[in-house]
Parts: sequence; C-alpha cells; structure tokens
Amino acid sequence: MTTILTYPFKNLPTASKWALRFSIRPLSCSSQLRAAPAVQTKTKKTLAKPNIRNVVVVDGVRTPFLLSGTSYKDLMPHDLARAALTGLLHRTSVPKEVVDYIIFGTVIQEVKTSNVAREAALGAGFSDKTPAHTVTMACISANQAMTTGVGLIASGQCDVIVAGGVELMSDVPIRHSRKMRKLMLDLNKAKSMGQRLSLISKFRFNFLAPELPAVSEFSTSETMGHSADRLAAAFAVSRLEQDEYALRSHSLAKKAQDEGLLSDVVPFKVPGKDTVTKDNGIRPSSLEQMAKLKPAFIKPYGTVTAANSSFLTDGASAMLIMAEEKALAMGYKPKAYLRDFMYVSQDPKDQLLLGPTYATPKVLEKAGLTMNDIDAFEFHEAFSGQILANFKAMDSDWFAENYMGRKTKVGLPPLEKFNNWGGSLSLGHPFGATGCRLVMAAANRLQKEGGQYGLVAACAAGGQGHAMIVEAYPK
Amino acid sequence: MVTYRAIGSLSRFSAFRILRSQGYIRRNFTGSFALLTRTHINYGVKGDVILHSEFTEVMNEIWASDQIRSAILISPKPGCFIVGADINILATCKTPQEVTQIPQEAQRTSEKLEKSIKPVVTAITTKDRKTVFGAPEVLLGILPGAGGTQRLPKMVGVPAAFDMMLTARNMRADRAKKMGLVDQLVVSLGPGLKLPEEWTIKYLEEVKISPKRNKGLVGKLTAYAMTIPFVRQQIYKKRTKGLYPTPLKIIDVVKTGIEQGSDAGYLSESQKFGELAMTKESKALMGLYHGQVLCKKNTSGAPQKDVKHLAIPGAGMMGAGIAQVSVDKGRKTILKDATLTGLVFKGLNDKVEKKALTSFERDSIFSNLTGKLDYQDMVMDAVFEDLSFKHRVLKGVEAVIPDHYVFASNTSPLPISEIAAVSKRPEKVIGRHYFSPADKMQLLEMITTEKTSKDTSASTVAIGLKQGKVIIVVKDGPGFYTTRCLAPMMSEVIRILQEGVDPKKLDSLTTSLGLPVGAATLVDEVGVDVAKHVAKDLGKAFGERFGGRKSGEGFSIYQETSLKMPPKSEVSSDEDIQFRLLTRFVNEAVTCLQEGILATPAEGDIGAVFGLSFPPCLGGPFCFVDLYEAQKIVDRLKKHEAAYGKEFTPSQLLADHTNSPNKKFHQ
Repeated sequence: MTTILTYPFKNLPTASKWALRFSIRPLSCSSQLRAAPAVQTKTKKTLAKPNIRNVVVVDGVRTPFLLSGTSYKDLMPHDLARAALTGLLHRTSVPKEVVDYIIFGTVIQEVKTSNVAREAALGAGFSDKTPAHTVTMACISANQAMTTGVGLIASGQCDVIVAGGVELMSDVPIRHSRKMRKLMLDLNKAKSMGQRLSLISKFRFNFLAPELPAVSEFSTSETMGHSADRLAAAFAVSRLEQDEYALRSHSLAKKAQDEGLLSDVVPFKVPGKDTVTKDNGIRPSSLEQMAKLKPAFIKPYGTVTAANSSFLTDGASAMLIMAEEKALAMGYKPKAYLRDFMYVSQDPKDQLLLGPTYATPKVLEKAGLTMNDIDAFEFHEAFSGQILANFKAMDSDWFAENYMGRKTKVGLPPLEKFNNWGGSLSLGHPFGATGCRLVMAAANRLQKEGGQYGLVAACAAGGQGHAMIVEAYPK
Repeated sequence: MVTYRAIGSLSRFSAFRILRSQGYIRRNFTGSFALLTRTHINYGVKGDVILHSEFTEVMNEIWASDQIRSAILISPKPGCFIVGADINILATCKTPQEVTQIPQEAQRTSEKLEKSIKPVVTAITTKDRKTVFGAPEVLLGILPGAGGTQRLPKMVGVPAAFDMMLTARNMRADRAKKMGLVDQLVVSLGPGLKLPEEWTIKYLEEVKISPKRNKGLVGKLTAYAMTIPFVRQQIYKKRTKGLYPTPLKIIDVVKTGIEQGSDAGYLSESQKFGELAMTKESKALMGLYHGQVLCKKNTSGAPQKDVKHLAIPGAGMMGAGIAQVSVDKGRKTILKDATLTGLVFKGLNDKVEKKALTSFERDSIFSNLTGKLDYQDMVMDAVFEDLSFKHRVLKGVEAVIPDHYVFASNTSPLPISEIAAVSKRPEKVIGRHYFSPADKMQLLEMITTEKTSKDTSASTVAIGLKQGKVIIVVKDGPGFYTTRCLAPMMSEVIRILQEGVDPKKLDSLTTSLGLPVGAATLVDEVGVDVAKHVAKDLGKAFGERFGGRKSGEGFSIYQETSLKMPPKSEVSSDEDIQFRLLTRFVNEAVTCLQEGILATPAEGDIGAVFGLSFPPCLGGPFCFVDLYEAQKIVDRLKKHEAAYGKEFTPSQLLADHTNSPNKKFHQ
C-alpha cells in the first residue's frame, strides 16, 4: 500500500515536487523545513497514533567509548554506568525523584553487580525508591532497555524512564573450572575434618584450568567473526569493499569528532587518572595499511580482519525517556519521538548477522513508511562484511523471494544518509551500550542535518535483530 | 564443512570461461588476470564409481596444457567424492592374476597425481557430519588397492594408518584434519546471493589454501620411533590377531612398503589385492554388502502419507531405544512412560560424550520427544510381550485413532496375525522386531500378515529407513525368521552343555567360528527363562524338530543337576560341535525360505548377520551353503540325524540343492 502511495510522488517532475512540498509542508511542523533544504515529501506526516501516548527522548549521553584495556581498565561496569547516569543528570538537570524506573542493558555480566542498573543508580545518587532492572539481549541489550521503557510509558505505567547500557570488556569474569567449583562448594558443606580431607584428596591439578566467557555462539560453537566472514563470502563481499567501508566509517567518525558533532559524549573523570573527553578508537588509516592485515578468523583466506571489524570496547550510555506531555509540562524541549520498533530472529548459524535485513522492511511496513522517507540511517556496524552483506541482501530480489518471503527486494539505504557520523567500527561497540548511541546519533543527526525520520537497526548474537523508527521532534 | 586435500598451493582466481565436455567428468576452466590458469574438474559421480579412463584423459590434458597451472577436483554431488572402485568388476574376475591388473592401473594414476608438477587439490563437500573418511576395504575382505597402503602410513603415521585400514574406522572431517589426512577445513556458506550448495562450490574455487602441515610433537616422535626397526616390529606384531586373512595381508603390504620402498610396496599391494579378492571370506563379505544395499531400499514403494509423528505406548529399554532412533531423525515422538524419556536422554548424551553430537544438538533432538500419550500418525507399541495385554492396547488405541493410523507392534515371540485378530482394521497392523539395544543394532525385521496392506508396509519401512535401519520383510509365523533360526541353535547349545562341555570351551569354539559373543555367554545374556519361553512356544508350533527337552536354570548351577546327558562320542569332536550349531541354524534358515517366511536368500543372510551376529566371514546361512557346498552340509546333517534324530533332518530345499550341484542361492 505504501509503495503505491509513493509512486505518484516519485514520478512527478522536480518542479512539481517542489510545489507539492510547499503545499503540504506548511500543514505539518513548519520550522523544520528551512533547516532542511533537501527534505523529501513523506508518506506520512507523523507516526503519532491516536489514543497512544507519545514517547519522547529528552536527551541522551554516553561516556567516551574506549578501546578495552585503556583508561577504563581498572573500573567496574557499574562505575561506567554511574558516569553515564551522572552525565545524564548534569545534561538534563532532571530532578532525581521524578524518575520512575531505570533500565540498563549489559551482555557480559560482572557477577558481583548482576543487576548493574540498580548498583549504578544508587551510586549516582538516584532515589533508593526508584526501582531498576537489567536486561540482556546481546548487542541489542540497550535497544531492549529503551523499548521496555517505551512499553512502560505507552501503557501508562510510568512517565519518566532512564534507559541505558554498559559494557566493560577490560575485565570479564573468568571462572574456576566446573570441577573446581564443585569441589569448593562441596568443601563449604563438609562438616567434619575427615569429610574435608576426603574431598581435598579428590583435587587434581587440571581443576585449576580456568573457564573463559564464551566467545562463540552457544548453539553453533562458531565465533561471530567466523560467521561474519562466511556471510561476507555468501554475499560475495570482497576484502577491498570491506576495507573501504571500514575506512569510510573511521573517516566520517573522525570528521564528526573534529567538528564536535558527537555531542552525546560527556567527559568522564576516571578516578586516579585523567579526564577522558573523547572516543579513542577512531583511527583512519589507509587502504594499503589495511590490506596488509591477515584475516582474523578464517585463516588464511578469510576477508574479515581486525581493521574491518568492531573492536572490544568499554563504555556506557544513558537516555532520558518521557511521556511527551510530561516532558512538556516539565519545560523540556525533547529531541525525538521513539516510534514503531520491531524485533526479529532467524537462523543463528548462516544468518546470524542479517537482523537489519529482516527487521528493516518489517518496521517500515508497520510504520507505513518507505525507505525514501528515512533521512538518517543508523545501523550497528559489527563488521564491515556484515553491513555490506546486509546491503547486498537488501538489494537482492532473489534473496527476498527465497528467504524473506517477499515479492521484491527490500531496497538499499542510500549511502549518503547512512551512518554519517561514524559507526560501531570506528566509535566502538560496548555490546550493552550501543543501542542508545544509535538512537542518539539518529536523533542528533535529524536535529542537525534536518529530516523527519531516522531508522535504527542492529544485529545481535543468537541470530536476532532490531529496528526502530526515530521521529524528529518538531523544532 | 568442506575438506581439502592439497598436493600443492594455489592463489586466487576469477572465472572467465566454462567448458563442458561429454561423459561423466565435467571440466570448468577458470583463470585469472595474472595468466595463471587452473582447471576445476567437476567430478561426475556415477553410482559412486569413477571411470578410470576418463579421469586419466582429463588429467593428461591438464598436464599437457601449458595454460593450466593447477587443478582442483570437486564432486558436484554434495557430501560425496570418489567412493571407490566398483566391486562388481571384481566379481567378473576368475583368477587372482586377473584381479591384480585392476589396482595396478589405479596405482599408476595415483602415483602420477602424487608426483604431479602442477598442484592438484581435492575438495570434498561434506554433508552435516555424515561424510566420513576411511579405508573400509577390510570390511569386504580386501585391501586399499590404489596405493592406499603405501600413501596412508606416510600421511598419518603407521599406527594411525593401521587403525584406519584394519578396523575400517571412519573419520569425520575434523578428526581427519587433526590426523593430517586433510589440509584444511572450509565451513560451507549459508544463504546468500545463490543457493548455499552452488555458492559453496564457487567459494571453494576461490579460496586460498595452505598445504603446509606441521606435525605436532607427538607426530614427530612417532616418525622418529618408526625409524627404529625394533619399534616397527612391535607395531607390526601388535596387530596380528583375528580370523580374517585381510588384516595380516595389510600389515604385510605396509611392512613391505616401509622396509623395501614403495615400488615393492605397490607390487605387493596389487598381488595381495588379487589374492584376497578370491578368498571365500571376501566373497562372503561382498555378498553381504550387496544384501545390505538391497535391504536399505523400500521395496514396498513410496508410502501415501509421510509419517511425521510417532507414538510409543509402553516402553522399557526397547521403547526407549526405538524412541531414540526416531527423534534422532527428526520425527516427533511421544513416549507413553514419561520417566523413560530419561533413558533416551542418556542415549543421546552418550553421543555427546563421544563428540558425535554437540550438547546443543542433543537438546534440540531431545525436544522432539514428549513423555505422554495422545495418538499420532503411527503407533508403535512396545508393551510387555503378552498377547492379552497387546490385545488390550490395540483395542484401546484403535478406539481413539483415526483410520489412516498404522499400528506397529514390537514383538519377538508373538505372531502378528494373532495380535491383529482383534483389530477392526487388520490391514493397518504390522509387526516390527527390533534388536536390543535398538539404537545400536542395525537390523529391523518387519513382519507382514496376509492382511497387511502394501501401504502400511511401505510407510513402516520408510520409518525404519529413516531410523537408519537395515530392513528385512518377512511373513508372519512362529518366531518369524530370526527367532526361529536362533532357537534351534540355542537348544543345541543347551544340549552341548548338558553333555558336559565346559561353557568356556564352548565360548572359545564359537568365537573362533566368528561369532562376536560366545554361545554360552549369549544364552546367559538372553536369559535361560526367555530362551525356555521361546523354545516352548516354538516347540508347540513345530513339534519334534524343536526338541521337547527340559532346560536348566542357568549354566552355573546346571552342571550340578541331574540334567546331564552322556555325550555321543561320534559327534563330539570340536569340529562336530561347531557344525552341530551351524547346521541347525542353516537348516532352519533354509526351511524358512522354503516355507515362504523369507522372500529372498539375501534377506536371510542380512537378517542372520545383522540381527543375530552370524559370522560375517561366512556371509550368512545361504552364502555359507553356496560357498561350502550343500552336499557337505547335508552330509553333516545326516550324520547328526543318525545320532540325535529329527532335529537334524535336512530340509527339502537343501536336499534339492544337493541333487543339482550347480544350483546356488546367490547366483
């Protein structure tokens, strides 16, 4: 239906397009127009739905994203999360007691602070009467935190939510082996000296071999990089294309950083160290340099290398989400609406990272929009090869027919609107925190570059994916 | 997963033209900008056998062309490569000298490949974990003839090579990689711009591979140890046990290759190959192979309806075993007794421990099993072997299931027609006799009654094949086929023991025949009570031929009792004892064929070997008669008949065979 609607507009000559725009636009949010000279006509004026509360993003912040093992290496995850929360408090000056609920996403859990949301909230000085919970959904954990908040607001349960995410890859829980753990637990329960001695006699040296957190997919025992490499090969993505895309990401991130566009970053004074003010993973290199790297996962012929993959990152993000009327009553000028969203999942072996391909058309259809309506695309970049494979999948009629049950291809997002301020490849990807960064980047880009709708999409371990429409708040 | 065996190294290419030629071998020529060219030979596999002349022709083209720098061999049939030579060719040869010619040609080609100046790479696409590497020739009583005995020890080391060639052990791709049999594993691609299978083949043409192999410390040490003659002797010696001539010859050939160089090795390989192919054992084993292939086909045709759901009322070990082989193959299965699902889980978990499954695969397979009962497309009962109880279950089930459902009863002693007697729809009732443990034993005996419809039979066979079974279909009758043949042999075992033969001696006499378990041990395992129960049933049905003697309670207390019988010296030599057991079995098997219980002798052989562990080197009862001549067997039987009476009366069919010596069961 939506495609039928867009066709007439597309086919009109340019002159009448301008005429149309001027005749339609004044009816909707007017001031936006002047800031956005290149804006097209939209299929829909707004995604507001009758009888459903509008949910708005007041603002969002993140700590600088750092390569793991650098300045944050002595911290604990809740320290980073706390920094994001205090940053959000400073940025928005929201009274702490107004916040109804706090939700955080995280992936590799620190066992001491398994509900990291609560620990960080208490440490950041939020009211101890504000409940908090932690969610996990691999790389889309923060997305899950946000959409949980959206649900709570839309259903009228809450008015003000803080959603965020945190990941600290500098420190991961490395466990004793199962046998050792069993021995230690049994020792705890042993009552007499004799029992203890007989247990200790069962000890063997190999019990001391540590157990690392899994880097591979549990269901398939394949690492994500390996899967990404196979995915790239399946869609005939070359090494050069991947390196070029990675270079683009780094160059754009560098440009955005230099121009001060990454306004969601808040400085963080690391205890006992300097104040960190910016992301440290942005390193534009040259194609020649990148070509020298050896494949990281499938040796010796793979195409995924360290340079065209996202790196292990420490970082945290937080966002203030409110019901629109509440935000207006409190005198805020929100940045964006959070609109329709969609979770998808597919085969965790061969389609592990194709989430965006599946989620994008579904969320667009649900919202009644088309690809042309989107002014800012913010996709999570796990690997260059993954992004490019998704592009090729979206651009393939064959794939759409045979695997997605669609008659035609999804269509390619225009590259000039795509991740213009860098992405996970260059800015970094703290698993649990990336979702909020994507939404804030989309919101900030819509504010800065003009445009009405942004599309956020991401893939995640387990073969899952997420997409959400962000609508700019009229100025 | 795709596996590479490299005999050289390659760099990247992009395709520019494709040529196709007639015949089974397709040639795809691909080239690159750097003027490096290679051929991608798509191996057409016809009935798993390559045509040697065509292959040589293509390889000569490659070696002759100065445009071609390297070649890659791929089979377009996924999960497959050159499986081996056609064993039917061997059957046409009359003398060892004739057979010796066959491997010599193959040896020359392989050697040429090995010494090729142009790199040749072999890529094998493997299907799931099903594709395996191995040297299974020993199972046919022959040896790897195309230079395998010479090349394999060099590649994987002598001990590992012996392990593969003497036990016919199969290696999955990952294991083969670890051993050094393959150079590289490539995980196949998922859906992309084309079908995964097609795209993977293209991917294979493009990927770089590195053939360099570093032997680990263990490998280096073994290689060093093998240079010491004393160690070599120890390794040769360790493996020389067993009944079959093949392992000894294989060791011999490998030894020749190592001690005297590969030319002598090749010569010895081809000569021994010729000798082995002419042995009775080899003929017996090849006959079995053909029979097995036959029994893996659904002779009743395709079923009208694909069975997706199974229900198994009543369980126990047997039900659990059946459930396991069913869920394994993705059938939704329901087990009546919920506590028994644990047994199935244990069976699957054993596979995880052997690394045949991952824990995740185990869980997803196990999710096909439900521990309750509502009836599905096919109901297989595995309740206690009691006719009235079976009747109750059948009536109960029929009251609630729709008409198209098949009722398959698992039983060994109960006649199916009696079970079916109370059925409203006897055409949908069929018997199945699994062998314990059901997840390990390959044979499935299916019993049809007069009334069983063809479609019922077809869909039950289809399920059995899905469960990975070798299937024989027999007519209903007391003891069906397998139990009926086993029973007289068992009663003979008991008589032999009653005559005072030491159980241990009897065990060694029977294992030396080729039975995997000694006869006395077998009776103990089956349980004397069960044997008695069965013997009583069959005795009722067949009268005198099945004895009427009393049996004891178990052999340990047996000899103390008054059941002892005086041995008859004229038929009590070691050989006589062996033949008394064998001939009773064989005689009963032939009677089954004569009475139409069995449809073909091939099925009889397969049933005996796979279900009852009849010595494979004898090839099954019918093959045994063919190879050892009916006349000799009848003579033996008559001798025993004179001593013991009617139990040994030769069957009519057997007598017919003695009258016309050219008549064979297997033509």
